[in-house]
Amino acid sequence: MSVSDAPTDLRSLYRMMCRIQAFEERAERAFADGSIVGALHVSIGQEAVAAGVCAHLGDRDLITSTHRGHGHALAKGVDPTAMMCELLGRVGGTCGGKGGSMHIADLRRGMLGANGIVPDGLTVAVGAAHSLALRGVDAVVVSFFGDGGINRGPFLEGLNWASIHSLPVLFVCEDNGFGSTTRTAAMTAGAGAVARARALAVPAREVDGNDAELVTAAAGELIGEIRRGGGPRLLLARTYRLRGHTANDPAAYRDAAEVADAELVAALPRAAAALARAGVGGDELAADRAAAGAEMDTVLAAAITAPFPGLEAAYTDVQDAGAGDPGAPAWAY
Amino acid sequence: MAVVPSLTYVEAGARAVAEEMRADERVWVLGEDVGRGGLFKQYAGLADEFGPERIVDAPISESAIMGVAVGSALTGTRPIAELRLNDFAVCAADELVNQAAKNRYMFGGQGRIPLVVRQPYGIGRSQAAQHSQTLENWYVHVPGLVVLAPSTPADNYGLLRTAIRSDDPVVHFEHKRLWQLEGEVTLGGDPPPIGVARRILDGDDVTIVAWSRGVHVAHEAAQTLAADGISVDLIDLRSLWPWDKRAVLDSAARTGRLLVVHEAVQVGGFGAEIVATAAEHLSVRVGRVGGPRVPVPYSPPLEDEVRLGPAAVIDAVRRMA
Repeated sequence: MSVSDAPTDLRSLYRMMCRIQAFEERAERAFADGSIVGALHVSIGQEAVAAGVCAHLGDRDLITSTHRGHGHALAKGVDPTAMMCELLGRVGGTCGGKGGSMHIADLRRGMLGANGIVPDGLTVAVGAAHSLALRGVDAVVVSFFGDGGINRGPFLEGLNWASIHSLPVLFVCEDNGFGSTTRTAAMTAGAGAVARARALAVPAREVDGNDAELVTAAAGELIGEIRRGGGPRLLLARTYRLRGHTANDPAAYRDAAEVADAELVAALPRAAAALARAGVGGDELAADRAAAGAEMDTVLAAAITAPFPGLEAAYTDVQDAGAGDPGAPAWAY
Repeated sequence: MAVVPSLTYVEAGARAVAEEMRADERVWVLGEDVGRGGLFKQYAGLADEFGPERIVDAPISESAIMGVAVGSALTGTRPIAELRLNDFAVCAADELVNQAAKNRYMFGGQGRIPLVVRQPYGIGRSQAAQHSQTLENWYVHVPGLVVLAPSTPADNYGLLRTAIRSDDPVVHFEHKRLWQLEGEVTLGGDPPPIGVARRILDGDDVTIVAWSRGVHVAHEAAQTLAADGISVDLIDLRSLWPWDKRAVLDSAARTGRLLVVHEAVQVGGFGAEIVATAAEHLSVRVGRVGGPRVPVPYSPPLEDEVRLGPAAVIDAVRRMA
C-alpha cells in the first residue's frame, strides 16, 4: 500500500524523471555560464532511483540524501525554484543561499538534507527513524547513499543500529559505479552492499536501477515490509553516472564508448521504450519532455533574477547562545 | 527551592538529567553502558525510572551515537549523547563538527539540533595518553557549538539543565577528578544562563581565569598567594563558548594582570584566545599556565609532572608581579 499522493505508474515516473533531468541540465548550463560557482554534482542517468523510491513516500515520510541529491529532493516534492535559487546562492533558496547544491534541505517536505560528507546522511536517517519510534509516529525514513559510502564506518554503524532497534529505514545504495573519480569495484572488497547488509541481519535485494518499473516495484515491496513493522531493509540499485563527478570533471578516466553504451540503457530512454511498447505515442512522450523543459526554463529564469542575500545573513542562524557574537567584544575600553 | 548540602558532582549531573527527563518526555539518553548507570555512574538509577526506551544502551559506535543523536534532534526529540571519554568522542567528531554544528546554519535556519554531548575528560590517574586528554578548546573553534565546563556540583546541576533546555548543540565537559567533589546544590528554579562567568574570589592584584578543575587549582594557589599579600580576582568562566568577555576584561582592567589557567596543552589552548582578546583591548600584563605539549604519560610521577597544579600558578603570578 502506498501512502503517497505520487502515482507509481511508469508514465508518472517518466514525467518526474524528465523534470529531474531538465532541472539538472539547466543547472549544468548555469554552471557553464558562471551563474553557479560552487560544486555541482548531477545525477543524470540515475533518475529512476529517486523517482521510483520516492513515489512510495508521503508527506510524513523522511529522506536523507547525498551530494548528488537534486533528484531525491525533486522526487520528494521540494520546489524546484527554491532548489535552483539555492544552487545560485540567492534569496528564496531552500536554505536562503547558505547551503548550495550540497546542502539542499526542506524539512517541511521531509527532506532532511543533502550532505557533503559521505555517507553521513545514513546515521542521521537512522536517528530520524529512532525519533519516529520514540514518538510513536507511523512513517518511514529513506536514506540514499552512494556505492562509495559503504566503505566508511557510518554504513556499518548505521545499519547495525537500525537492525538492533528494528527501525523503519530503507537504505538505498545508489550504485553509479564511481566513488568520485575512481571505480568503486576496485576499491570494494567482497560482495558489496547486499552481502554486508545481510551480515547485519538487514534483508537486502538488488535491482536494475535504470529500470524505473523494477525500482518502484522493489521499493514498494520493501517499504511495505518496513511499514508493517519488519524493520530496516536495503535496496541496491545499480545505475551509471553519465556525467563526471562534478560539473568540471570531464571524466577522462573512462572511454567515450562506455558512456555512449550507457546512455542507450539509461533510465529515461529505458522508460520511453517501455512506454512506447505499451502504446504511448512518441508525441505524448515528447510533450512530457517539453513540459519539463518549459517548467525548468521558468525555474532557472526566476533564480537568475532573484537577489543575493543581504550580508547580515552571514551572521544569522549560527546558534542561540551568544547569538550575534562573532568573536571580538562589541565594546571598546 | 531546596538546598541539598552534599551532592557530589556526578550525583548533581544525574539529578539534572532525571529532572529534565521527568519534565520533558522528548529528552532521552544514548551511550555505551548507560543502562547500567554509565561508566562513572552519571546515570545511576535512571534506567529503572525511565526504562530502556529512554536510557538507550549503544554499541561501541561513536559515529552512530552522534549521527543518531543529530537525526533524532532534528526530528523532535532532545537527545543526550554520552561519549564516555572525550578521547572517544574524537571518533564522532565528524558528526558533531560537520553535521550537528552546521545543520541550522547551512540549512538556512530551518531546523534546530537540541543536543547535549557529555564528554568526561581530563587527567585522572594513570589512564595514559588515550584516556586523559583535555580537548575542550577544539570545540570552541567550531561555530554552532556551545561549550560548557562546570567546576562545581551546583554548576554541573544547573548548567546541565540549561544545556538540555537549549536548542543549540552543547558540548558539556565534566572533569573526571571532580566526580566525587561535594557541594551545596540549590534544586529547582531557573537554571543559569550560558555565557555568564562567576567570581570565586574578590581581589585587586591579579585576575585569574579558569574553568572546570582549573578553578580548584587556582583557588588553592590563591590561598598561598594571599599569605604573601597578593590578592587574586578568581573568575570561573563556566562557559567557553560563548565566554564572558565583559567579566574577564573588566576584572583585568582593574587588576592590570591577567593569567589564564587550564589543564589542556597550553599551545593553541583557549588561554591564548583569552589573553589575545585582552591584549587587543587593554594594556595589561598577560600570562598563561597550561599543560606541556606532550601526550599524557602513564607512570604516576610522570603524570604528576604534566598535571596542572597550584605550584605552576603561584610561580606564574609571582613572575607577573
